[in-house]
This record gives sequence, C-alpha cells and structure tokens, in this order.
Amino acid sequence: MTAPILKVEGITKSFGGVQALRGVSLEIGSGEIHCLAGENGSGKSTLIKVISGVYEPDAGRIEINGQHFSHLNPKEAIGLGIQVIYQDFSVFPNLTVMENLALNMELMDNRKLMNYRRARAIAFNAISQIGFDVDLDERVENLTVADRQLIAICRALLQEAKLIIMDEPTSALTKKEVKALFAVIKRLQARGLSILFVSHKLDEVFEISERYTILRSGENVASGNTEELDRKTFAFHMTGREFADEYYKPAGVKGKPVLSVRGLTLRGAYSDISFDLAPGEILGITGLLGSGRTELAETLFGILQPDSGGIEIDGRAVKIRSVKSAIRRGIGYLPSDRLTEGLFQPQAVDRNLVITTLDRLSSRLGFLRRKAIAETAMQWIDRLSIAVRSPTLPVRTLSGGNQQKVVLARWLANDLSILILNGPTVGVDIGSKYDIHALMRKLAADGLAIIIISDDLPEVLACASRILVMRDGVFVRELDPSATTESKLSELSTGIA
Amino acid sequence: MISMGRMTKRSEPYILAAIVVLSLLIQARSGQFFSGNNLVDLARSLIVPALFSIGCMMVIVSGGIDVSFTAIASLAMYVTDRLLLASQYSGNVILAYAISAGLGLLMGALNGFLIGFLRLPTFVVTLGTSSLFTGLMFGAFSASASDVPPSIARHGKEILFTATNPKLGLTSNMPSQILILIAVLLFAFFLLRYTMLGRGIYAVGGDETAAERAGFNVRGIKMFLYCFVGVLAGITGIARISMMSYADPSTMLGMEMTVIAAVVLGGTRVTGGVGTLVGTISGVALMTILSNSLILIGIPTYWSRVFTGAVIIVGTGVTAHQIRSTRRRHTQPQKATV
Repeated sequence: MTAPILKVEGITKSFGGVQALRGVSLEIGSGEIHCLAGENGSGKSTLIKVISGVYEPDAGRIEINGQHFSHLNPKEAIGLGIQVIYQDFSVFPNLTVMENLALNMELMDNRKLMNYRRARAIAFNAISQIGFDVDLDERVENLTVADRQLIAICRALLQEAKLIIMDEPTSALTKKEVKALFAVIKRLQARGLSILFVSHKLDEVFEISERYTILRSGENVASGNTEELDRKTFAFHMTGREFADEYYKPAGVKGKPVLSVRGLTLRGAYSDISFDLAPGEILGITGLLGSGRTELAETLFGILQPDSGGIEIDGRAVKIRSVKSAIRRGIGYLPSDRLTEGLFQPQAVDRNLVITTLDRLSSRLGFLRRKAIAETAMQWIDRLSIAVRSPTLPVRTLSGGNQQKVVLARWLANDLSILILNGPTVGVDIGSKYDIHALMRKLAADGLAIIIISDDLPEVLACASRILVMRDGVFVRELDPSATTESKLSELSTGIA
Repeated sequence: MISMGRMTKRSEPYILAAIVVLSLLIQARSGQFFSGNNLVDLARSLIVPALFSIGCMMVIVSGGIDVSFTAIASLAMYVTDRLLLASQYSGNVILAYAISAGLGLLMGALNGFLIGFLRLPTFVVTLGTSSLFTGLMFGAFSASASDVPPSIARHGKEILFTATNPKLGLTSNMPSQILILIAVLLFAFFLLRYTMLGRGIYAVGGDETAAERAGFNVRGIKMFLYCFVGVLAGITGIARISMMSYADPSTMLGMEMTVIAAVVLGGTRVTGGVGTLVGTISGVALMTILSNSLILIGIPTYWSRVFTGAVIIVGTGVTAHQIRSTRRRHTQPQKATV
C-alpha cells in the first residue's frame, strides 16, 4: 500500500446518549479506491462527517497527508483536498450548469461580485477535466440524475480534491449510468486521486474497490483487500449474522392453480405469455430492464390492459380492468418504487400500516377506533419484525428494508391470494433483505401464491420455487432454481452466451 | 445565447404577448389605449404595486413569502407623517424617505431575525408581524386619515411632464416617483445578477442545504432580504402618500395579495429559485391594465375584478402545468437498450 492520504484512528462520537462511533479507524492510500461499507445506522455517515469537518469527534486522531488534527472544520477539510459528494449531490436545480460549477469556487475566493466571463472559464475548465460534454447554460433541473452527479464530481475537482468521498453514489442510477460512473472513478484514480466509495451494495464493492472497511454499530469489523473477500463473509461482517444459502422448496403445491395466464400479449411490451401459479408457489420472473417484466406485472394488477390473451383466477376467466378490481380479486402488488408509489412518507408508521383497512377499524358512524388501530399496527410491527422505535414516527425515518415491510404489511392485511413483488429488495440492506426473503417463504408456506420479479439473480435463486426468464417480451426458458446457476440465468436473460 | 426551446419554457414571452394582445384589443375597441394620458395614468398606477413587487419577488425566489410589506409600508409612512407634522418640518422630502425607510428597516429586521435566526416559517412570521404592525398603527397611534407635511405635499406636486389627450381634453401628469421605481429596478437588477449576494438569493431558493454547504451565509442572506423588503416598503409608503397628498393608513392594506399574485403571474416560482424582474414587472403591468383600462371598452369596474381573478388562475395554472410536465419528463424511467 502507498503512503496513506488519510488515516483516522480511534474516532468516537456520540449524540446525546447514542454512541454513533466507538473508536473507528480507517486508512486510505493515495490513488486508492477504498470502499466503506455498513448497514444503515452503522456509523458510515457520521464518519464521513467527521472526516469532512462537519462533526467534531469526541476523541481520536485524524491524519491527512502526514499532518495531524484532533478535529477539522469544513473549510480546513476542503483546503486539505477533501471533497464529499453527497447523495443529493448538493446542486442548485434552478441555476445553470455554469453557476453550479463556479459558485463554490467564487465563494471560497471570497468574491462579492459575479463575473460571468470568469465563471464560464471556471466551468469550462471543470467539465474538460473529465471530458464531460454538457451545455453550460442548461438549468441543472433539466439534466438526468447521472449528469447532476458528474457536475458534483467536476465541482469537487475544481477545488483541488485529493480525496473524494462519494456517499452511496449509485443509489439513483441505472445500470448503464453506474458503468459510466465507474469509468469516471477509474479515470480519477489514474490521475492519482483517492476515492472513498460508501456503499452497502456488494456487487459494486467487488467491482470498483481495491480495499474495504466494514463498519457495524459504530465499530470496525473488518478491513482488507477486496480480492480476498467473498459474498458470504461480506454479508456476515455487515450484519453479524450467518446466512445459509437457501432454496425454497414448496412443501407440496396445494391443488389447482389460483392464477392461469394464457397467451397474454401487450404490443410493444410482451407477447404470448402463458403460465400457471398455484398456492404455495413462489414464481420468479427475471429479465433485464425493458424485457417487459414490469408491464406484465402491471397488467396482472389492472394498471395496463392486454391487447389479447386471457387471465383466469381460480379457474374462472376474468378481466382485470382496474387496480380496484385486481384488489377485489385478491391480488396485491408491491411496486418497484415504493418511495413514490407505496407509502405516505411524512405520515406515521401506524397510519401507513392501517390505511388499507380503515373500513374495518372505524365505528359504524365512520369514526376511527383509535385503540383498535394502535393494536392492529402493533400486531403488524411484531409479525413482520419492523424495526421502529415508536409506531408514531414518520415512515421516512425507517430504513429501506423496514419501509418495504410496512408496504407488505398493508397488503397482507387484506385477504390476498396472489402477491406480486417487483424488485422487493432494491436499495434494501442485507439484513433486511434476508428478513424479507424469509418472510416471503413463510407467506408462501402458509398458502399464498407469490410472483417475484427481480433482476437480482441470487435473490431469485434463493426465493423462487420456479424461475421464468424473460427476454424482449417473451418467456425464453423455465428453470428449476436448485438445478441452475447465476451465470446460466444471466446468459438467458441477456441472450449472450 | 438562449435557444428557442428554452424560450418557450419561460413565462415572460407569454405574459408579454398577453399584454400586447390586450392593449391592441382595447385600442381597437376604444381608440384610447395608446393615448398619452392613458399611458401616463397606467404608469402612475403601476408605481406602488411595482415597487412592492420587486421585494416580494426576491423573497419568493429565496423560497419564502412575505405578506407583511403593506403593513410595514403603512406603519412606517404613518409614523413618519405624524412625526414631521408634529415637528413642523418643512425641509427636503429626503428626510421623510429616510425616516420611513429606517422604520421599515427595523420592522423588516424583526422579520429577518425571526425567519433567518430562529428559523420560523416565513408565512406564519409575516402574517403575525403584519397583524402586529397594523394593530400598532390603529391601536397605539390611533391612526386615521391625516394631512401630509409640506415637504411631502410639495414632492407630490413634482411632475416630470404632462400628457394631454386632445380628443377628450384630458391631461395626466407623470409623477416624479416613477424615478424612484426606475432607480430601485436598476439597483435590484444589478444586485440579483451581478453580486454574489443576489446569486445567493437564487441559490437559497434552489436548495438551502446546498447553499449552506457551498459557503453561502444563508442567515445573512435572509436577514438582508427581509430588511430590504422593509426599507423598500418604507420608501413605497412615502411615494404613495405623496402622490395622494394625504396619509390614509388603510390605503395600502390588502394590496399584498394582488402584488403576490402579480409576481407569481410574472413567472416567479412559488416554490422558490426562479423569478425575473422583467416577468415581475410584466405581471404587475398586466394586472394594472386589467384593473385600469377595461373601463375604456365599457367593462364596468367590478367586472375587471372577475377578469383579474381569471387571469391569475389561468396564468399561474399554466406556469404550474409547465413545471409539472418538465418534471414528469425527467422522472420517466429510461427504457434500457439491450
């Protein structure tokens, strides 16, 4: 390892009575891509804020480029070449690309007047550093998320960054954009910059980083070379739990299919889709984005109408013309974007939990029965082990996994016979992911028929009792998860051998 | 360079087009719109709302809202008026402007302190202080319509030129207060476009956290804004009573809603971050034409209020719709190219 650009030792920090960091250490070599991993609440964000000078640590030492500090302020940190790219990128959506790039510089130089010619020169210099082609006069709100991120990166480069800290940089990007970002990161590395890549996504850690540090409950649990890390140890370090590889074997599919789909076609999305689904089964449907998987799910839930083909529920031909009719027929759907489609983010957890069953929880005159509501909410929190300090906290304070459980609970409260989950663990940390998987298996064992749509291949392998691979709108193969592999699945869904 | 595509997304062209169409329509029906005296009358009615709208726009751009500026203007001008009357001052009107602006500054600073430092919500704060200032005026100062001191009266008679309408034999005087409006507009233009403070106002309205991280003094910016609105309100108060030649404490109260509507009509985004002086003044102009000139084509005054209301709903509706459709375009999931 090269000489460290950053070395922190024994950092502790507490807020009120809560110990966020308990003697954490981290060392990053110059020109190194280092991954900082950990579940929500592990102390990752607190550590970043200590390094960037936002928080003053209670104890510990910070060493940057050989200089020692007990704490920093944000301006000092920037002066030492430390730049943080926050999850929200900290850009001004209403201002132009040029101003977004130049304003921070001008403020650092204590300018009082705005000189547009100078600003344009600064901005041009910034984008040419990574060869980013963008209209400097466009408002940032009209750019894609990936472009906004590049703007944040260019801005960091302007201030002579030596270490760029990226806080969960891929959470809002598509696969293609992630690839482009990784190319940019490699380019920065080639110029001698160090990158601290904060993530809880295993694949990314493996793909991009050379060394890693894993935090759990505010303590170091592991660090080393990424090459020597494998999936299982990573999951263990992140959660402190052992996860056995699991397959779902239905204890005997119960009777006749509850759902039969015959020759279903929606032009431009999918064609000639046929399958049966019996109670107790978990049917995995996998395929790339754009393979028609989401449109198929939305058709079954009555959001889209098929051009031809038929759907049978319990052996009777039905037309699902609306979401309401889908719900009446016992179909539940967990959309892939739970943040915008599933939850009332600012509202309390208990209110979110009971929203679908308010009819049952109100008196004959239409008044809410508060006690019944509180009891019902507590039952669901217990049953799905939702980690929340109080049911009256807003849903947005929960982690992704727990939010997903709240959405699930709402569906389960209605008498469901078919549950469709679309990407149920996207953006969810490992521990919650396993919990959700276990919950799915349990629900299926209790007689629910489940369809899980996911491009997370290990997830499909671990949960489904049968896998259908979708490509360009058609089912290309049906597979038995215990007799197939990830690479086989990936070949089939991309069509590349 | 601004491309055509970008032009159609802005609201200024639409509102300017609306003004042109409306003026041509009134001109065609009455032949009076483009007469010298009508234009001077319009300019005269525009001065006070336009002065208010400049500060109001800046506050909305920063992501806030201020409903207290008319109350500040009323109290500041009323106290100034009584002070000067009591001291039998008969010197230059500059002193009247200075006192009123100073009182406005104090009241604006109270807003700025509550909003910038105690981080209270702007609407609630200014609604509260608005009530406080009007209450003080009518309670503590038992305000009622009063004469103006000689300095202000003289100032009110200063006219730049007189426009006559030979056909109808009507004359209208262009008041010197229009110069104040022009000066404030130039000042605001320079401030908003060429100073870091001005860009900071836009930055705060775009994303307050990002502004803080970038190193803007967010508290200071807010303090400045509400102080600026206060000073501007104090000046506007004196301009108003000098043009009316008597100090009516309730003459400006209630104008705030029309001014806010004009600002929003002029393309200022209610959620902050976007707004221009050209748009704002156009919004005020359109509202002034609606309330002043419809009478030229025989539409009674109360009907002009109906038109004003309709224009506000349609105008702000169009802006809101534009924003929503741009958003939707950018949140649509991208189809993967496999």
